[in-house]
Amino acid sequence: MFLNIFPIFLLFFLMLPLSLIFSWKTLRILLLAIPILGFLQILSMDLNTSYVINLMNLELQLVRFDKLTRVFGLIFCLAAFLGNLYAWHVKDKIQQVAAIMYSGSAIGAVFAGDFVTLFFFWEGTAIASVFLIWARRTPAAYHTGMRYLLIQIISGLILLMGTVLHYKYTGSIEFSKLELDSLASWLIFISFGIKCAFPFLHNWLQDSYPAATVTGTVILSAFTTKLAVYALARAFPGTEILIYIGAAMTLFPIFFAEIENDLRRVLAYSLNNQLGFMVVGIGIGTEMALNGTAAHAFAHILYKALLFMSVGAVLFRTGTSKASELGGLYRTMPITATFCLVGAASISAFPLFSGFVTKSLILDAVAYKHYQLIWFILIFASAGVLSHSGIKVPFFAFFSHDSGLRPKEAPFHMLMAMGLTSALCIIIGITPGLLYEYLPFEVSYKPYSTYHVINQLQLLCFAILSFIIIKWLNLLPQEIRSINIDFDIIYRKVIPDFFKHMLGKFEVIIKIISVVKLTLIEIIISLLDKFIGSDGRISRIWSTGNMVLWIAIVLSLILVLNYSTNI
Amino acid sequence: MNSPDIITSTKSFLDHLPVLQVLFPFAFAPLCVLFGHRKIALYITISACALAFVISLLLLRQVLIVGVVSYELGGWPPPVGIEYRVDFLNAFLLVLVSGMAFLTSIYLIGTMHAEIEEDKQTLFLTCFLLCISGLLGVLITGDAFNLFVFLEISSLSTYVMVAQGANKDKRALTAAFDYLVMGTIGATFFVIGIGFLYAATGTLNMYDIAERIREDLPNRTIQVAFAFILVGLGLKGALFPLHTWLPKAYSFSPTPTAVFLASTATKVAIYAIIRFLFSVFHSHPSMLESVLINIVMPLGILAMFAAGGIAFYQRDLKRMLAFSSVSQIGYILLGVSFMSTIGLTAAVVHLFNHGISKALLFVCTGIIFLSFGSSFYKNIKGLGRRMPWTSAAFLIGGLSLIGIPGTAGFISKWLLVQAAIEQGSWLIVAAILISSLIAILYVWQVTEIMYFAKSPSTETKEYLGPSSFLIVWILAFSTVFFGLNTSFTVEYSSKAANLLMNNFTMEK
Repeated sequence: MFLNIFPIFLLFFLMLPLSLIFSWKTLRILLLAIPILGFLQILSMDLNTSYVINLMNLELQLVRFDKLTRVFGLIFCLAAFLGNLYAWHVKDKIQQVAAIMYSGSAIGAVFAGDFVTLFFFWEGTAIASVFLIWARRTPAAYHTGMRYLLIQIISGLILLMGTVLHYKYTGSIEFSKLELDSLASWLIFISFGIKCAFPFLHNWLQDSYPAATVTGTVILSAFTTKLAVYALARAFPGTEILIYIGAAMTLFPIFFAEIENDLRRVLAYSLNNQLGFMVVGIGIGTEMALNGTAAHAFAHILYKALLFMSVGAVLFRTGTSKASELGGLYRTMPITATFCLVGAASISAFPLFSGFVTKSLILDAVAYKHYQLIWFILIFASAGVLSHSGIKVPFFAFFSHDSGLRPKEAPFHMLMAMGLTSALCIIIGITPGLLYEYLPFEVSYKPYSTYHVINQLQLLCFAILSFIIIKWLNLLPQEIRSINIDFDIIYRKVIPDFFKHMLGKFEVIIKIISVVKLTLIEIIISLLDKFIGSDGRISRIWSTGNMVLWIAIVLSLILVLNYSTNI
Repeated sequence: MNSPDIITSTKSFLDHLPVLQVLFPFAFAPLCVLFGHRKIALYITISACALAFVISLLLLRQVLIVGVVSYELGGWPPPVGIEYRVDFLNAFLLVLVSGMAFLTSIYLIGTMHAEIEEDKQTLFLTCFLLCISGLLGVLITGDAFNLFVFLEISSLSTYVMVAQGANKDKRALTAAFDYLVMGTIGATFFVIGIGFLYAATGTLNMYDIAERIREDLPNRTIQVAFAFILVGLGLKGALFPLHTWLPKAYSFSPTPTAVFLASTATKVAIYAIIRFLFSVFHSHPSMLESVLINIVMPLGILAMFAAGGIAFYQRDLKRMLAFSSVSQIGYILLGVSFMSTIGLTAAVVHLFNHGISKALLFVCTGIIFLSFGSSFYKNIKGLGRRMPWTSAAFLIGGLSLIGIPGTAGFISKWLLVQAAIEQGSWLIVAAILISSLIAILYVWQVTEIMYFAKSPSTETKEYLGPSSFLIVWILAFSTVFFGLNTSFTVEYSSKAANLLMNNFTMEK
């Protein structure tokens, strides 16, 4: 049955040609319809099927469908739908097409059964998503987009190198479990790591997500990193180093998030922190941990999108997302504020919200394996999440001191999108069985045991208490307009300065080179003009005599050649 | 001629397919004049083309079963009588030419009245049919002189078809005249070459010639014959720098002519080159090798770059496409000059794929030309919004010219790159890739004008009858289809290439 194995990304890619024909008004309906179709398609597909095409002696597995694919495919379709609904008002065809191509590439990558196909979609996500950043059409956004694209493409190229080496070593391009024992798998690992924003490879995330358009950030937050999580879960489950990397990821963004002023950037840092939990789950690698990773990715995409949506709505109405300029917006944006609180509660893992039922899977998986230190780090990070995402974001945007801003409530379609997402967060929180059913492995886990609930509530209450005390003692870091220094100082400042310094010594030589370069270019251009330009020697309309002359030349060339070679 | 896979004459309909292939368009041509009414003539043309297309498909099937089909014209056995001989190579190209003829004839339904003066339409159709029969004849015949006759039939009618553009632009007349002079020189060179061959061997049947020149040592007569034939056919096939008739002929002729010529005429001439190289002169491998490597390959690469660069400088869609054709012919000849199975496969696939993509581009250009009265870049600004369907199809064709994966052009370029890698010549690999960058430039330029330039008015204006619409999207669909599914194109081309290379390597 063809329908059973139909590559869903084709549905999404169809939008590119369609966009040439239809107006943005028709497109936005299609933008909603296609993810729904994809969602239904995934639900109806049989497990463990594949669709292979043969291209030039390579067997490309366009579709490889198993339980891990299913859960990521479903959430990506869902996220695409919600993101597009949130972006219903956007009249920009480029953004519309970029968003759908981006989600299509991510879904294609999730379905890819071999590294070559994966590489194709890996780069696809990079190229499509950068338009969401450029769509802001400011010089700053342009440069940010360039940096983002550069890093993403590098990640793709490293993946390609790894693939080629892997093929050379093993003769297979199948995208399956790897051991970190060869250069090939290390390259692939690093490539995944860049996309997953491992520590020191993470700056592209905080750099670019807050720079995208209001709606672009919502879309961006869902796919790239979670695709990397999927890829890691597919290729490197149970790789121990991931546990420590993940733990570091949960930890260090907390401090940056605490002092950051731009709320969207705060969310970007907390995104990084949440990824850490998933990476730890992959590193543990037991069935329960992988279930936890998949479930947490599922829930995380929803509540993170919800938080970005609510902050985005604020940005959309007020024009800023800086904590120092916002506050007291609950008066005029009560519904958005409520949704933001739902998102905050989910990310902080309050019982009855989605984060609770998914994060505890990972935490318990860690505990079963007796990684005490890691477990404590994760608990500490959970408290940190509550502080910066759960309290800081809603507090500074909607409560806090009154900024005097009185924006209108968010537009209806945004409220719809946020409402649906909130509903999903709560539904998952209340009936986790619905989500557990679609996880990669059997789940026999009961999140709502007395122990869990009390444990979590204790943690949350103490975290809130400490927030209140700090607030009361006026020790809370002031939200000041500032730029915080992260690891990116290395490539933004240190390396360029070093080169500038070095180059200064060779100034004269460089000047000469540039002059020569310019004159060379000028000479080439004038030569081109002379010969093939609009009235050049070769391209102008020839007289009959000239044409015949050339016939004679070619004929004599051949004759001379024949005579000389055969004497 | 005793190989077991050649069927000798029996008398059923299927056995007469080779002659019917040429006969249908040829016999229907005078009918157009006899009936004299342009509507009836049009339907006669369409049915002749449809019949030819069906026959070419039947022939292809027959070739698949028996290998080589040999047909004795008038019951005279080959060395003396004329032989029609169909193998994988020409069966495959017969499908291309008759298919393109059929599509062009349907395209004529919606555009003929706008492009060609009313009282000349029947004659135009007559010439069109004669041209088809000539091209099919060149493909199918196994007799060197017969090939010359068919080449002249197709060329003479082509001159008339090009001159019909005078209705819109008087320069069509000089274009036709130049084409006539050049074409005649080409034909003359070709017939001189055949004369030398006849003098050397006393026979005109190509396979017989091949048998007989094998016995001789390298011999001046044969060398001269080879040079004349190569230059003569090179002229017809627009081998750079003998291409100069082509841009004018394509850009000033009526668009149906351009569509048909661009997709078939040069391709057939290149077929004839391949045929002579690998089925007649293959018994002189050292001569072949030195000419292919020292002359054809450099000229092919030069064409890829120079003609591509010129295409970038053009300001008229038609001329741009014409120069891009010259550059694409460079790719084909490059593939031929590798003298390897995979190189030949690439060349033959590119004959087919480029034929389809170029037809698509010229059909779109024709529609644009009819809607705006011009195809200059300055007049097609913002076309993407005004003619979304045509522009989208044009874009698909353009992508195929570049060789973007998923389009037909990718397949042939990929094979070509593989052939170059097989030869170990990384410089040529680089040349292919860099010249593809040039193709990106000239296609992107048009794309930018179509989609990103502000148009003077925003009303949509699509001159697109149902027949043109159908043709555009059939071609666009096939461009994508043959880019994804290579079982038809690559399989037949590689079979054809294998057959030709077998001849060649046996001699070596």
